[in-house]
Amino acid sequence: MAIEADGKSFETDEEGYLVNLNDWIPGIAAVMAKEDDLELTDEHWEIINFLREYYEEYQIAPAVRVLTKAVGKRMGKDKGNSKYLYSLFPYGPGKQACRFAGLPKPTGCI
Amino acid sequence: MSEQIKKFLYLNRRAPYGTIYAWESLEVVLIGAAFDQKVSLAFVDDGVFEIVKGQDTSESGFKNFSPTYAALGDYDVNQLFVEKESLEERGLSIDDLMHLTWEDEDEDWAEKDSIRVVSRSELSEIMADQDVVFSF
Amino acid sequence: MSELHTVNKSPFEKNSFDSCMGHVLDGSAVLLYEDGVYAAIKGTAMEGKVTSAQGVKFYVLGPDIKARGIDAARLTDGIEIVDYAGFVDLATEHDKVVAWV
Repeated sequence: MAIEADGKSFETDEEGYLVNLNDWIPGIAAVMAKEDDLELTDEHWEIINFLREYYEEYQIAPAVRVLTKAVGKRMGKDKGNSKYLYSLFPYGPGKQACRFAGLPKPTGCI
Repeated sequence: MSEQIKKFLYLNRRAPYGTIYAWESLEVVLIGAAFDQKVSLAFVDDGVFEIVKGQDTSESGFKNFSPTYAALGDYDVNQLFVEKESLEERGLSIDDLMHLTWEDEDEDWAEKDSIRVVSRSELSEIMADQDVVFSF
Repeated sequence: MSELHTVNKSPFEKNSFDSCMGHVLDGSAVLLYEDGVYAAIKGTAMEGKVTSAQGVKFYVLGPDIKARGIDAARLTDGIEIVDYAGFVDLATEHDKVVAWV
């Protein structure tokens, strides 16, 4: 499978996750969001960028519970709760946001 | 939930890159952490090499998964027991290990050490106190 | 006949290193790579086995010690670090390779 963004083609796995993490460009997130009928706002990007930083530091995509806690610590309780995160990423802040961010499916996501 | 909380110990006895055991263990710990159980890790024998600091796989082509141990605190895995005798037999001390910590949400995210160096006999007691021991 | 012996298993887990040391002859070389590099750490039971092996030259694969966080300063004295090309050179310089896997 593949996804087209900014005039280039990027390989994805059978669940739509980017195969090569280093290939990621913001345009990929935008295209994936459009396919999911989402318009990316600054609030979405804040989480997407946070996930990429988390991966950079720990080499894993965090489970939803861990993401929620970490977001709460960094951005406050208003954002560090599942209601807020699910309002941004209705298919799940773990699965959907990680996919947009070019990360693998979160470790601990079944 | 009416289910009883159990004590799970993951026993890590393999060096990090020669076999897949170390990484598999870490993945199982992270997946298992989703279930509300009391989880701790023990590093024994060559397992102590898993958490040696300064690992750099850039020239050997392996994925360096040592940074992932630092995420264990986020997964509420706060107890990492390292066997003293195993360190000593390998010419190592706690100063050769990564400084792994966790943040206590109840104490305004105070940073606390996750690693505790224990003797072989202390570890035997810790093992005896577990409901389940998973070996890798 | 000079031989290059290679060891890629941890000496703390398998007896590959000990077996190798029991068979290595004066004038041969031992290359430690993968988990075999743990035999090169100073201050272990392996140090004496390395230093007492007469006429045997020891090498360790650099990328493998780096991956495992072993600083060059921790290696038993006299062990030389080689890269992948050095590994190939050693293999060609000796008459044959004996692998202790």
